[in-house]
Formats: sequence, structure tokens, C-alpha cells
Amino acid sequence: MTAPDDTAARYRRPVPVLWWTGRRPYLLFMIREFSSVFVAWSVVYLLLLVRAVAAGPAAYRGFMELSASWWMLALNVAALALTLFHTITWFVVTPKAVAVRVLGVRLPAFMVAGPLYTAWIAVSAFVVWLLVR
Amino acid sequence: MSAEPAMRAAETAGESIVLRVSRYLPGRDAEPVPRDYEVPLREEWSVLDGLNHVKDVLDGSLAYRWSCRMGICGSCGMTVNGEPRLTCGTFLSEFAPGPVVVEPLRGFAVIRDLVVDIEPFLGKLASVTPWLVRNGAEPPPDAEFAQTPEQLGAYKQFSMCINCMLCYSACPVYALDEDFLGPAAIALAQRYNLDSRDMGAAARFDVLAAAGGVWDCTYVGECSAACPKGVDPAGAIQQYKLTAAMETVRRFLLPKGAR
Repeated sequence: MTAPDDTAARYRRPVPVLWWTGRRPYLLFMIREFSSVFVAWSVVYLLLLVRAVAAGPAAYRGFMELSASWWMLALNVAALALTLFHTITWFVVTPKAVAVRVLGVRLPAFMVAGPLYTAWIAVSAFVVWLLVR
Repeated sequence: MSAEPAMRAAETAGESIVLRVSRYLPGRDAEPVPRDYEVPLREEWSVLDGLNHVKDVLDGSLAYRWSCRMGICGSCGMTVNGEPRLTCGTFLSEFAPGPVVVEPLRGFAVIRDLVVDIEPFLGKLASVTPWLVRNGAEPPPDAEFAQTPEQLGAYKQFSMCINCMLCYSACPVYALDEDFLGPAAIALAQRYNLDSRDMGAAARFDVLAAAGGVWDCTYVGECSAACPKGVDPAGAIQQYKLTAAMETVRRFLLPKGAR
């Protein structure tokens, strides 16, 4: 066996800046990462609501008017869609990341993801109950 | 097989498919150039059979790696129509009417045509201490080292890796940062970490939790999708992130003697 000729030039394929646009799984990954921005916005929006509530009825009405504006509605509809995408994609990958073993046997994926969905539905139901009671 | 007479008829009719092969000769080419070869389209021919036909009949100067032709040696990984695949297990008929674009594995430096430089990969594999570490507690050489089926099951999946590097080729993190330890090496580390006979987890922690280790992974998950052996390296990495986080806290809280 002869040693590889290290004087010869190797070719390195450059990675284009938009590498993630060419393949569907890469694009979905980038959307999942980007959706974090909207998850963060949802938290900020909730904190703004809490601040408005604490500041009294006038501030709360002002916040509600702001929330009813078309651009805020559009932003929050986008935030809802991307937060749902973020949540579901993470619940799908969680069973792969968390290997739970009971008596030496690894639990199937649905037994890891199941409690997550159950908790999600329970919290959502509680919030709906708070709003409509 | 009912399709067989039809295929035989197609063969006699001279049905063929174009292999668009990436050619690169250092010194002559500044970058790889695609070249078309017309090969017979046969139902039982893999992409590797097509490349062998090119080499035997059309152009003997084509360079590529292959060995076993049955998906276990891990030599013939290439990029076929944009996807990392073992060419021995990828059939020409899947891409009819063609062309079938064959390129070297992405993420690696190309030496010539379809041959990539695997030295950095081999270095990464060796860096995770991929053997049973016993820390002086060697069993007698004639003793059996029995395991229960559960103990075997804890790591068996990660032991199925054939080092074909398809996972590295599918990994955008590795493509952007060649210092990333990468899917197969981390899965291999887990194969030993989870082995009941091994005592080397602490030494591997220093490699896996360091810069270029598991924390560089952003969980794209494509390594596991590309793996032809169902190893699930993405799962191995995420599981080790949990282990590494716990170990970091443990090392921070416990005095040195108690670790």
C-alpha cells in the first residue's frame, strides 16, 4: 500500500449560505429553529398583558385595542401557528432523545410522548376553563 | 417474478440509463466536472453495478471505493441524486428514466472522482476510546464475560454502525464545521458507555462534552434518516446530552474524592 499523495490538492465543496433551502428536512429544521423567535414573542406578549392588567383598566383597554389591530392579529396568528409547529416537532423528537428504560426494556415512543400531549391538553383545557367560566 | 419477461424484453431492446458521474482529477480540474455515461438499465443492477460497468467497459480511469456489495462493509457511500446512499443498495431502476447523478459524499474533501478523504473521520472514531476500558480490573483471559439480554440490549443498536459515513454526509453541522466530532463517533462512544463491561465513561466525557462534542449538535436528525443500519446516532447524541448535563452538575457539586 502506498501512502496517499498529500501534495495533491483536495477539493472542498463550498457550503452555500442558503444550504437549507435545497432539501425539505433541512428546511423544516430551519423553520423549527426560527419558530423559537415566535415562542419568545408569545412570552413577551403574555408579560405585556400582565403589565397592562397590573396598571389598571385604562392600560388594559389600551392593550386590548392594540391587540385588535390588524398587524398585531396577523403577528399573533403567525406566532400561534409557529408555536404549534415548534411544540409538535419537539414532542415528535423527544422520545428519541429520552430513552426511558423500565426493567431493562426501553419504553416505546408513544409512552414517552403520550404524557407530553396529555399535559399539553390538560393545561389548554384549564386555560379555556379560566376564560369561559 | 412476473416483471422479469418485461425486463428481459427491455434489455434486448437496449434500454439504458445515464449515469452523471462527478469526475475530479487534482492538478487537472479546479473543481469536479460531471460526465455522462450510458449504462444498461437492468432491474437487478445497483448504482454500484452501473459504476463497475463504467470502469470495466467505458472508462477505466474512474476512481471510487467499494468492496462487499451487500451493505455491510460501508465503503461505497456516495451522494446519489443529492442523497447520501450506499450505492450497492441503491438501484438504478429507482431513478428511471434518469439521469442518475453520482457525486462523492458531501462534507468530505475529495481526493479524486468519487473518493473522499476519510482520515479525519478515522481520527474522530479513535478519539472516543472505542474499546472496553477496564481500569486495571482485567478479567482472567480465559473467563467468559457474560451479559444478560437486557445488558446487551442497552447498547446493541449503537454497535450496528458500519462506518459508512452517510451520517456525516447528511449532517449540516459537520459540513459547516469539520471539528464537530460527528454522529457515528458519538454513537460509537455511547456503544461503549452503555456496555455493562465498560469503565471508560469518565475518559469519554472529556471528549464528548468538550468543544466540538455533543453540544455542537443542533438535532437536525438527518444522520438517523440517512443511516442504513438503523443506528439512530441523533438519538445517541441527544441521550448523551442528558448524561453530560447530569455529569457536569455532579462534578460541580461533589468533592473530587466522591466522583
